[in-house]
Amino acid sequence: MNSTIYVPQDSGALSLGAEQVARALKSHGERLGAGTRIVRTGSRGLYWLEPMIEVDTPQGRVAYGPVNATDVGSLFDAGFLDGRGHRLFLGPTEEIGYLKNQERLTFARVGIIDPCALDEYLAHGGYRGLERALEMGGAQIVGEVMLSGLRGRGGAAFPAGIKWKTALEAYAHQKYVVCNADEGDAGTFADRMIMEGDPFLLIEGMTIAALCIGASQGYIYLRSEYPHSHRTLERALELARNRGYLGKNVLGSGKPFDLEVRLGAGAYICGEETAMLESLEGKRGMVRYRPPVPAVKGLFGKPTIVNNLLTFASVPIILEKGGQFYKEYGTGRSRGTLALQLAGNVKRPGLIEKAFGVTLNEIIYEYGGGTASGRRVRAVQVGGPLGAYLPESELDTPLDYEALAARGAMLGHGGVVVFDDTVDMARMARYAMEFCALESCGKCTPCRIGAVRGTEVIDRILSNAERTTNVALLKDLCETMKFGSLCALGGLTPLPVLSALKHFPEDFGLSPERLEAAQAP
Amino acid sequence: MRNSPDGHEEAVRSIASSLRYKPGALLPILHKVQERFGYVPARSLAVIADVLNLSRAEVYGVVSFYHDFRSEPPGEHVIRVCRAESCQAMGAVELVAHIKRKLKLDFGQTSANQRFTLEPVYCLGNCACSPAITIDQEIYGRVTPRRFDDLLAELEGRGG
Repeated sequence: MNSTIYVPQDSGALSLGAEQVARALKSHGERLGAGTRIVRTGSRGLYWLEPMIEVDTPQGRVAYGPVNATDVGSLFDAGFLDGRGHRLFLGPTEEIGYLKNQERLTFARVGIIDPCALDEYLAHGGYRGLERALEMGGAQIVGEVMLSGLRGRGGAAFPAGIKWKTALEAYAHQKYVVCNADEGDAGTFADRMIMEGDPFLLIEGMTIAALCIGASQGYIYLRSEYPHSHRTLERALELARNRGYLGKNVLGSGKPFDLEVRLGAGAYICGEETAMLESLEGKRGMVRYRPPVPAVKGLFGKPTIVNNLLTFASVPIILEKGGQFYKEYGTGRSRGTLALQLAGNVKRPGLIEKAFGVTLNEIIYEYGGGTASGRRVRAVQVGGPLGAYLPESELDTPLDYEALAARGAMLGHGGVVVFDDTVDMARMARYAMEFCALESCGKCTPCRIGAVRGTEVIDRILSNAERTTNVALLKDLCETMKFGSLCALGGLTPLPVLSALKHFPEDFGLSPERLEAAQAP
Repeated sequence: MRNSPDGHEEAVRSIASSLRYKPGALLPILHKVQERFGYVPARSLAVIADVLNLSRAEVYGVVSFYHDFRSEPPGEHVIRVCRAESCQAMGAVELVAHIKRKLKLDFGQTSANQRFTLEPVYCLGNCACSPAITIDQEIYGRVTPRRFDDLLAELEGRGG
């Protein structure tokens, strides 16, 4: 008998002992002569069940989790290779509600295939988008991307089609395609899951972009905190080169395109596109003035498409199935699907890909099952460290770009971090300022100085030194940062600070009336 | 070329020379130097500057900008603890306090016996398994003070 066992190799699963589980499965299988084959995959994104292993059965894949290395013996005893019952039995993987109710377009293969097996990628529909793109011209590719309504997934939500069109129409002998895989926003891990679970998807998306604008070289700017992603990407790039998907003559088209991974060095600001370009050029990651935009004058002064990893990863399916197909998902001006990353104090954290328009309540309660601590949800931060804190009363907000903006929040890269009622929101506001001070590139004064002063002002508010005056000062300072900063770091740090102050004034030692009274001069 | 007695200069020069033709070579060179020595020794800056035809100030400016590049050798084991929001929501503040107490180190410090270096990190992308830490190249999720003690004991037990 030959059974296949799937064990994730995703960093999250590894952080909970997946490697030890894989080793135990191997040695037990060998000892029993069970003829098992172990395939390493990405994660399905059901992190509270990690390490979650799956076995092939005639009824499809069946899951068990969370598995500890010490559970392996009893799994064999219970006959898990035939999908039999066990304390950790979860049933057919695809039937697990958390997964079943998702709309996985971008993450369709993650957790299912071996990330470093190009043939599996092809067998699961990979590279069909590129094949179609090869039959099209640049303008036609732009047309499909425009039609899809795809907007930048990094946070700024700029229409991808317009960016690509600008780069296509810019005249230059050399153009570049750059993937922002700096994923510095706390509470986000979707980029990492793609790189560790389906790296060819990113390579395909970037190749389509390169064909579209006529770029021969691409870079993936990867944060140094992701060594596992780095290893998987390098392996995938090598395989793609060996099979002619990258190189001097992509799939015999006569067009060259190659990719290189470049490591960041722990600077959050390098997730800002122009700082990232500076960093790629070997300089300090200082934000550039815009215009010119990178699509006109980007890396080494050449027209460059800079997109977030998830934006590129959304492109293959758009090319394969057409812009219209993708556009049918979503709501209003937010089209397609959204990769939500649910984390923090929540019972069932994980990756949830849904069409835009799902509400925070559904995500946090129906998927997440409420807090891990069992206490009341007090605050939710949406969109990373620069995102607003929302109180429980606003969790009916639908997750789309415009609906969140209307509530003074933003979607960012899709991170949702839940806090229970033990959180001290003044401390979180102070942390936001402290983080901005730590990570500011220093180019503009509102951010460089403002964040340091912001931390001090919050300290004074907390020690009750002229509290009302200092609250007014804090609001004024936030205005300056918001309107005077060069990029989103200084410009958006006021968002978590002011939202914490607005919704949770009691944590700053203020009653709502006192907060009203503290108007900026 | 001057010869340094410990071969440091030769090593840095060879790393820098092998990567100098890459566009924007400085970061890849600094990563390689740190991989080799565990930090970026101050005396390597002049060598790198020479190979890339940059001023020493330009190289220093880049090295000092990025949190990753250390100017001092780290301890045998580098422990990094995530301080970001998701980990805070799951008890990172208490975990950080525990680790600092246990190792008798503050962030950015290395123990006198060169055993441990403690560093903060702002997100390891393991937010769904908060709180997260790394010990050398390994990542750990859902770390409680007790689990940290076990990991530390394991490290001591290995004597590595």
